[in-house]
Amino acid sequence: MDWRILLDIALGAVLINNFILVQFLGICPFMGVSKKMDTSIGMGFAVIFVMGLASALCYPVSLLLDALELQYMRTVAFILVIAALVQLVEMFLKKAVPTLYEALGVYLPLITTNCAVLGVVLLNVQNDYNFIESVVYGVTGGIGFLLAIVLFSSIRERLEFSDPPKAFKGFPIALVTAGLMALCFMGFSGLKIPW
Amino acid sequence: MNIFYAVLILGILGGVFGLVLAIASKVFAVKSDPKLALILDCLPGANCGGCGYPGCAGCAAAILAKKAPVNACPSCSGLQTSRIAAVMGVEVKAQERRVAFVRCSGGSRASHKFRKYVGIDDCVAAMKVAGNGPLDCAYGCLGLGTCVRACKFDAIHINEYGAAIVDQNKCTHCMQCAKACPRGVITDVPYASDIMVPCGNRDKGPAAKSLCTVSCIGCRLCEKNCPAGAITVTDNHAAIDYTKCTSCGFCVEKCPRKLIRDIHATGKVEPVA
Repeated sequence: MDWRILLDIALGAVLINNFILVQFLGICPFMGVSKKMDTSIGMGFAVIFVMGLASALCYPVSLLLDALELQYMRTVAFILVIAALVQLVEMFLKKAVPTLYEALGVYLPLITTNCAVLGVVLLNVQNDYNFIESVVYGVTGGIGFLLAIVLFSSIRERLEFSDPPKAFKGFPIALVTAGLMALCFMGFSGLKIPW
Repeated sequence: MNIFYAVLILGILGGVFGLVLAIASKVFAVKSDPKLALILDCLPGANCGGCGYPGCAGCAAAILAKKAPVNACPSCSGLQTSRIAAVMGVEVKAQERRVAFVRCSGGSRASHKFRKYVGIDDCVAAMKVAGNGPLDCAYGCLGLGTCVRACKFDAIHINEYGAAIVDQNKCTHCMQCAKACPRGVITDVPYASDIMVPCGNRDKGPAAKSLCTVSCIGCRLCEKNCPAGAITVTDNHAAIDYTKCTSCGFCVEKCPRKLIRDIHATGKVEPVA
């Protein structure tokens, strides 16, 4: 395994193809839980956690589907895997690491229906990643999510005290802000590691 | 044939996951005290934060862990508190119901001559700029509604004069309005008490008089006329000791500013004049 490939994948997932700001996946929690910095950090870490685990677990499932030539069932199967996984992780954390469970709080079950998580496992298959590459892509995709949502929440905390025109108050100005951030992330599109 | 496989595979996957989850729920079962749910039932569920814990669930957990007293919830009525006490198996003394009280009724009747505020309708924001908002009186309610937004029980409003006023029947004494108020105008009074001094001005008489038509000027007429000795004027401002007050109403009659009021006689904390 060449660690450079992994680094390339990581760089791509965090900056160049950031899940939220470039691929527009997981916009729902991005808008929903970005009002305060600390909640957004909690959500970010929960996403990293679940994305990494989902990537690892969906890899054998996709192999199984490939073997039976049932590729068209991927989406359904992956949703099943993710939903079950999140439930399992929640129960496990509650018992084994209550502090982490409390830190993640409601965000863990929220992620069950997060399209960024489903997106990462589908992209793993599309890009023909192997097991390690899949996990790296999942975890770094989560880090990209964390980066975007923390940046966004810090802007939104300041937006609270700004005085936009009435029609822009609340979500409209937040969406405009998210759009501007996406424009900024376009700047990373040419980024490459010169090996 | 293919569809058969698809159904089979998904069926197996679903079955396996279901089984794993069922086993996991037994293996990883966390014993939660049934008392927790009972306590949570007694709490109001508004998550107002008046107890200092993150929401009602946090408060219930703290009460259960004996980190908080059974009457930790400031919004609970005596009945609810006694039910929590019964769950915890302890006695609790009946507590007098208190409500929030805005020590200002000036609003538009206070002087706005020397200051002008153009900005966000928020008291905290107004206090951040030079001049501290639109009001000339340094002790009064700005009336920009920070407390109204802080109240989870719809119990505080801006009245027609532009000053905040508490709906005593809805108020649960969580005191989030007092925490939110950047002027410190909001205090609390016993729910049963009748006589109110809705002014917090500590300026000397002439200054207080020029700032507002409903201000306490510290003339001491109420103090001298109180048969129970419940009123004392300190720092040019009348304060009522509710343990002594008998609601006789002499001070209401004598107050030259028509500031001291019997709120239950007039029906609301509104000036007579």
